[in-house]
Amino acid sequence: MTDDVDHIDRRRRHFLTVATLVTGGAGMVAASIPFLSSLKPSVRAKALGAPVEVPVGSLEPGEMIRVMWRGRLVFVLRRDKEMLSRLTDVNDLLRDPHSEIIDQQPEFAVNEHRSLRPEFLIVEGACTHLGCAPLAEFEVGPADDWFGGFFCPCHGSRFDLSGRVYKGVPAPTNLRVPPYRFISDDVIIIGTEPVTA
Amino acid sequence: MAGLESQVGKGRSAFIKWVDDRFPWTETMRYHVTEYYASKNFNWWYIFGVLAMVILVIQFVTGIFLTMNYKPSAAEAFASIEYIMRDVEWGWLIRYMHSTGASFLFIVVYLHMFRAMLYGSYKKPRELIWIIGMLIFFVLFAEAFAGYLLPWGQMSYWGAQVIISLFGAIPFVGEALVEWIRGDYYISDITLNRFFAFHVALLPLVFVALIFLHIVALHHVGSNNPDGIEIKEHKGEDGVPLDGIAFHPYHTSKDLVGIIVFLMIFSAVVFFAPDMGGYFLEHANFEPANMMATPEHIAPAWYFTPFYAILRAVPDKLLGTILFGASVLLPAFLPWLDRSRVKSIRYRGWMYKLALTIFVVSIAVLGWLGLQPAEGIYVPMARVFSILYFSFFILMPYYTTIDKTKPVPDRVVYNA
Repeated sequence: MTDDVDHIDRRRRHFLTVATLVTGGAGMVAASIPFLSSLKPSVRAKALGAPVEVPVGSLEPGEMIRVMWRGRLVFVLRRDKEMLSRLTDVNDLLRDPHSEIIDQQPEFAVNEHRSLRPEFLIVEGACTHLGCAPLAEFEVGPADDWFGGFFCPCHGSRFDLSGRVYKGVPAPTNLRVPPYRFISDDVIIIGTEPVTA
Repeated sequence: MAGLESQVGKGRSAFIKWVDDRFPWTETMRYHVTEYYASKNFNWWYIFGVLAMVILVIQFVTGIFLTMNYKPSAAEAFASIEYIMRDVEWGWLIRYMHSTGASFLFIVVYLHMFRAMLYGSYKKPRELIWIIGMLIFFVLFAEAFAGYLLPWGQMSYWGAQVIISLFGAIPFVGEALVEWIRGDYYISDITLNRFFAFHVALLPLVFVALIFLHIVALHHVGSNNPDGIEIKEHKGEDGVPLDGIAFHPYHTSKDLVGIIVFLMIFSAVVFFAPDMGGYFLEHANFEPANMMATPEHIAPAWYFTPFYAILRAVPDKLLGTILFGASVLLPAFLPWLDRSRVKSIRYRGWMYKLALTIFVVSIAVLGWLGLQPAEGIYVPMARVFSILYFSFFILMPYYTTIDKTKPVPDRVVYNA
């Protein structure tokens, strides 16, 4: 007969060790959820990210305004006929001329002018490389390979007049088009999708 | 260790005896200070560990006093720094000591790391000291990055924008991760507030813990020396390494000279060139953060620029981010990349010497390129030097194996 006092049941000890570790570990994971979640955008931050209205009727052709939505810069550009005519010329130089990468624009903007109405371009003013605000340089030149568009001063990424990215620059994708719709002929609201009829 | 009585504990008072019965005071002092033997042929490369500790103390003291007047909110941060600079008595000194201290800490840490590369201090049996040191280096990066956002200037804002966006390159989870780090859809008051918490509470705690581990590991295996030989292999009858001298009072009194020289240089910068011509405090940061306009030339603080130049050299976001991460992580693998039989550069062949020279040159050039705009000749230059930087590590197992080494002496020498 084994001596019950000195006998060590290793299997039992092993089971208890593993059970304690698993239970304790699960408890640690559960306890970390509130802390990690507290770092997510708060209810107030979300509320401040509500849609914004932008009057665009007073924009002259060729004029651009900068507005803020969710603390992000949004470019609202009214392109003139000449600017629109330049869009097709640069197709071969672009990485994604037909906006095939989803997520970079709502469905309604999957077209050459990347917008609801050809003349109005609405894009986020954040370079898709590392988030710098690109500069608006709409004139052709002075360099021979510059056809007008957006130029990021941080790392040299280039975008055309539809916010489409050029080949051979650090930015991987076209400028993002935020969800927006026209609530009247000359007012847009940024942050909501158009109501489909 | 019989017969080995040091100054500390020799004439132990009744009080010390009382303490020693309850806390290992004398034992600890002997182990880490008065009977910690380090090689007698240390040269001035061995001053930078101690200097890093001195600067860390400066950063802790000045940092604590800065928090007493700084306001971690987007609306008030920039103004509160100006308030410290103009209205708080001696506030300018405390702030300039802190900002200069940050740059000096990087200078000293880079030299400290270079010393390890010169004399093979990361090689067996000191791999863990090196790994813990690399962790300290990563925390230092995070600490400096978080601290740089706090003044809420233009460069604070856009520098943070660029670096946080790096995480967005991670497939699938990138965007959600970035939102979680910022706690908002953009770098906002919320982001500033949490970066303050990281900078003044979380990361300093991690710092202290890691430095403790760094020193415990060092004192366990013993310090390396310019000859890269183990002094513990030749001990006298008293058990003391023949080439070792006690950390205190010998190394400490030498360190004191170094500390004084360092403080002279440090003071000269604090008093006469606190912004160091735009390198220590960038000019764009004297303008409050403006989320509508990125500064024309955005460059991180000088100590990040070599890695930043590598990031910019790659015309692809994900690959650029991966190489940026790799450039920071790779040095951690040095103990296993270096296959040489000798530790010190004194006994290595021409290949390692050449490789190390190229490495230093490429870091310096990349550091300079990181401050220039990404255009013209700078772009191909950054690519060439990035390749050289990576080659140093990737080819290391090869060239350290075939490199002809010289015989290593048994005992340390003063001049070799």
